[in-house]
Amino acid sequence: MTNIQELIRAVAEADSPARMVAAVQKLAAAKDPVAIPTLIASFGYNNPGAAVAAVTGLTELGEIAVPQLLENIDDYNYGARAYSIRTLAAIGDPRALEVLLTASATDFAPTVRRAAAKGLGFLQWHKLAQSDCTTAQVRAMDALLALTQDGDWSIRYAAIVGLQALAKIPELQSSIEVKFEEMLASDPEKAIRARVLLAQSPDK
Amino acid sequence: MIEPGAEEYLVESTQPLTPEQATANLRSPDLSLRYYAAWWLGRFRVRSTEAVDALIAALEDEADRTELGGYPLRRNAARALGKIGNVRAVPALIGCLECSDFYVREAAAQSLEMLRDPSAATPLMQLLEGGVAAAIQVPGRPHLTQPYEAVLEALGAIGATEAIPLIQPFIEHPVPRVQCAANRAMYQLAKDPQYGEHLVKVLNDSNLQLRRVALGDLGAIGYIAAADAIANATVENSFKLIALKGLLESQLNQESEALSLSDDAIRVLNLMDSLL
Repeated sequence: MTNIQELIRAVAEADSPARMVAAVQKLAAAKDPVAIPTLIASFGYNNPGAAVAAVTGLTELGEIAVPQLLENIDDYNYGARAYSIRTLAAIGDPRALEVLLTASATDFAPTVRRAAAKGLGFLQWHKLAQSDCTTAQVRAMDALLALTQDGDWSIRYAAIVGLQALAKIPELQSSIEVKFEEMLASDPEKAIRARVLLAQSPDK
Repeated sequence: MIEPGAEEYLVESTQPLTPEQATANLRSPDLSLRYYAAWWLGRFRVRSTEAVDALIAALEDEADRTELGGYPLRRNAARALGKIGNVRAVPALIGCLECSDFYVREAAAQSLEMLRDPSAATPLMQLLEGGVAAAIQVPGRPHLTQPYEAVLEALGAIGATEAIPLIQPFIEHPVPRVQCAANRAMYQLAKDPQYGEHLVKVLNDSNLQLRRVALGDLGAIGYIAAADAIANATVENSFKLIALKGLLESQLNQESEALSLSDDAIRVLNLMDSLL
């Protein structure tokens, strides 16, 4: 059994992109909360293989990784930020709501905004107190409804994916269906209308 | 082989303009204002008759020159006319294919690709004269004798099947990007999967730029068999999404007027979802 500190050191000492990927993969596979800061740091190495391995590892660790993910979002590196947001979206912990709302609306990087928009649809609402839940869901929906007007087709696309998930909540369903009809009638992009069509027939 | 740096400079110096002001600025005594206005009209796709006329006139500009004899304003005007998409610009753009400035010829070929007017096929084919043997690097410059990539892509987009014998040899051109362009055009013209498969192989190349080029090509030709390879390529998700959107749109175009989703279209949509 390898000591977790050795695995962490292997990441620090990796001297080629391939060794970095291998070291992060091993560290992620250890599923040890001690590894969380190192895994988050690897988002910033401009090494997609390592970053994807770290996303997987952190997602498997789940909610225990959320506070550090929220505290360590890299404001100066949008590549790293996208991986943080993607991980938070995949874990689905509703403590990420504020961060996802802000990122989806105001980040300059489309990749960050898309990840946040999708994530807003897949938060685990049942983890919230009953009294907070409806407010939070409506805020997520309103943010996504606003994004369906964005000039960037890929942002609108991500908003549809988020809204499709939210439409399973009975209180939100009718507002979302109205928006989908509107997009189907007026969105200039065929690809967007196709995604709406898929959202309207979720059995596919 | 795009002109280095131009786009970044222009984005940084963004200043408020109106379509009328930008059109008027094309004749400003300040050459930098003309240059910026031409870019701006293309960026915001200003389709007014006045703007198109002024841009066509700018293709013959003599005032704005670089030390090497280039025509910066003509380059930007040629690019803008492609984005605006008015076929009235076709004859003037064809004229630009003979310009002494490589980047003007490149911009004209790229815009003719967007305009897809069959009358451009023969003049574009003339730039392939001499074949692969003539397609060599210009000494001291970062480009070949002609904008081969843009010419090959344009001929493919226009559907110029008569150009097949001229295009096919470029599959063996030593520059990988030119090979990609030739495969892209050949797939569009001959519909033979071997050309699509060549582009799929490039997705595993060690060069990131080249992988991005291949993604763009696969999206442009809508090669549906590449869907999974695109989703798994080691390239930024934004590029993969655009390529998959190209695949999706070519699926949707094959279907009837009323939008309906084939199994292939749904498969592509699911891949796109996974890249958000």
